Amino acid sequence: MIDEKGERIPLTIADCDAQEGTLTIVFMEVGKTTRELGCLKDGDSIMSLTGPLGVPTHVEKFGTVVCVAGGFAVAPIMPIARAMKQAGNKVISIMGARTKDLLFWEEELRSVSDKLIVTTDDGSYGRKALVTEPLKEILETEKVDRVIAIGPSVMMKFCSRTTQPFGVKTIVSLNPIMVDGTGMCGCCRVVVGGQTKFACVDGPDFDGHQVDWDLLAARQRNYLEEEKEALENWQCQCGGHHH
Amino acid sequence: MPRQEPKIRAKNFKEVALGYTPEMALEEANRCIQCPKRPCVDGCPVNVDIPEFIKALREGNMQESVKALKGKNALPGVCGRVCPQETQCEAKCTLGKQKAPIAIGRLERYVADWERNNKSAMPPASSLPSPTGKKVAVIGSGPAGLTAAADLAKKGHKVTIFEALHIGGGVLMYGIPEFRLPKEIVQNEINFVKSLGVEIVLDAVVGKIDTLDELLKGGYDAVFLGTGAGLPMFLNVPGENLCGIYSANEWLTRINLMKAYLFPKFDTPLRMGKKVAVIGGGNVAMDAARCALRLGAEQVYIVYRRSEAELPARKEEVENAMEEGIVFKFLTNPVRFIDDGKGWVNGMECIEMELGEPDASGRRRPIPKKGSEFVIPIDTVVVALGTTPNPLIASTTEGLKTTGHGTVVADETTGKTVKDRVWAGGDIVTGAATVISAMGAGKRAAADIDKFLSGK
Ligand SMILES: Cc1cc2nc3c(=O)[nH]c(=O)nc-3n(C[C@H](O)[C@H](O)[C@H](O)COP(=O)(O)OP(=O)(O)OC[C@H]3O[C@@H](n4cnc5c(N)ncnc54)[C@H](O)[C@@H]3O)c2cc1C
Ligand code: FES
Repeated sequence: MIDEKGERIPLTIADCDAQEGTLTIVFMEVGKTTRELGCLKDGDSIMSLTGPLGVPTHVEKFGTVVCVAGGFAVAPIMPIARAMKQAGNKVISIMGARTKDLLFWEEELRSVSDKLIVTTDDGSYGRKALVTEPLKEILETEKVDRVIAIGPSVMMKFCSRTTQPFGVKTIVSLNPIMVDGTGMCGCCRVVVGGQTKFACVDGPDFDGHQVDWDLLAARQRNYLEEEKEALENWQCQCGGHHH
Repeated sequence: MPRQEPKIRAKNFKEVALGYTPEMALEEANRCIQCPKRPCVDGCPVNVDIPEFIKALREGNMQESVKALKGKNALPGVCGRVCPQETQCEAKCTLGKQKAPIAIGRLERYVADWERNNKSAMPPASSLPSPTGKKVAVIGSGPAGLTAAADLAKKGHKVTIFEALHIGGGVLMYGIPEFRLPKEIVQNEINFVKSLGVEIVLDAVVGKIDTLDELLKGGYDAVFLGTGAGLPMFLNVPGENLCGIYSANEWLTRINLMKAYLFPKFDTPLRMGKKVAVIGGGNVAMDAARCALRLGAEQVYIVYRRSEAELPARKEEVENAMEEGIVFKFLTNPVRFIDDGKGWVNGMECIEMELGEPDASGRRRPIPKKGSEFVIPIDTVVVALGTTPNPLIASTTEGLKTTGHGTVVADETTGKTVKDRVWAGGDIVTGAATVISAMGAGKRAAADIDKFLSGK
């Protein structure tokens, strides 16, 4: 929460350094709050930060693990890829974005992966493809023991669809709208395997083959109009001094 | 007691009840016969010295009245507004046998408000006791935690409250709406607790950031658990995850804690349609429904599966809701929610109920009438069926005993759990109950913790 008028938003921790006492969080400037965060300068502070919340990603030696990151999700996939590698897995990473400008941390991800494939939708960098194409090829050519897919819901949905025929367990990180993040409100409820779960405490990681994707998408769209209104309002107010 | 007119108040979030004028307070206080048996004190879960504060009030000695009131109750401004006095102190009042009992709650509110508005007239708080060197962690800053913290601090123990949210106060802040309990009053009472030397650490989810065991190992001599009952229950019927269906917790948190009624001045929005159905019959349901009305809903229903006589909400709040134009549908239970084709709810299929034999709670059990299904066209639903304790702490702590309902087992008189150096009280032990019972539990536990710490 930025200030007492702010909203509580969920963000994934990309990295931390206990000795330095730092947390690394990567976010995309989409709505009012993330843009406002983007306006902060070195040394600025925000009112409130709570976490870590939810269940940490399950890491063990599975064998071969494919980590798929869509868009800014390179950030949350980094610590997972690193941990999977440290646990003795062969890690193949796929990172994709709409266009070249939206790619980042390529070398970082490469350094914790045995192999890295980069895709862009428009072909401006790496391979011109959606992440699901190389994913499918890998599944066809080698034995994969686990897939981790993080990114926009549609991307996670199609990654899950891609892996389903191969019977490879696919873990996705769901991002429904949240309020408290402590299991108190149920705003974040998702349906997995026919059961209602609270993503903030039971997740965010779930079995992608069991998720009710349509419900998630509908619930995520719930506040589009208000989000637009908030953003427009804010731009008006700070228009002058916003870079 | 004067109140805002129903038509006007149904459109604003300002406090409904306006409180006594000095003349009214004096007149009411003068009715008290100061009977020697003091049954009202026994009726109060924290045994406030009721006759004393009323006596001082009518003698015009407000400072003394405040002192008498606050001796046992750290949060009188809250209790004077939300306690069910009609079943507690006022139910025991000697006068009540023949005529109206003394309006103790309203007088309590009057004295507490006087103090808040006359800070400078109050003698400076007596100096803090000398430190005992003992440290206590209190988890949760609802009424149970605040009361336990205040009492322990008064004994000289160093108290730190850990609160999950970004604001203290628990349900008083995120649940009970502004029009019934202004947040400024809650903040004032929290400041009082802080003035006793209590430290409040916000954004601290115990069980995630530190576990209870880590706190015990990390230098705290005792822990009081007052984390409430924050996990919302749902109906578990088809369609319940459609957009437009909220738990009362989400609904009220957006409105009260995040101030969605002031969107876009505040960033958190709340999406509401025109026809709102609130499911349930408790205080929470009344609050949710009255919020919907204030946000501009055209039609607000309260859908309850038993009859009016069984409504668990305070009578005063039911009357307020009815006056404001909320429509009650009794003996009605939802069986499924209908999708508008775009993932938003646009109807609720219900079944009529009839009352059968009394169940374990002593209330008559509602039984569905076969073939009586019908559809209510609505576009927003708030599910206010009650809450159970959040399992987070119990599931991350070794050796805490819980019941099938998820409540923590604790001794009724001392609040001691089966785990060494851990006490618990409030909604986490009883399930969703009342502010004053949570405070009573906090008090008893504080007394026992103090005994334990000083005996060591
Ligand atoms: C809408 C509504 C209306 C009500 N109206 C009335 C009324 O009119 N009269 C009345 O007497 N009662 C009323 N109640 C009930 C009353 O508010 C509760 O019984 C009372 O607040 C319980 O107090 P508590 O201290 O046990 O818990 P809470 O008030 O629930 O406080 C618990 C606190 O602990 C925090 N917490 C939880 N888990 C953790 C964790 N892991 N780490 C750190 N902190 C944590 C929570 O964030 C919360 O702040 C109402 C309740 C609601 C929801
Ligand atoms: S965000 Fe409120 S319960 Fe998950």
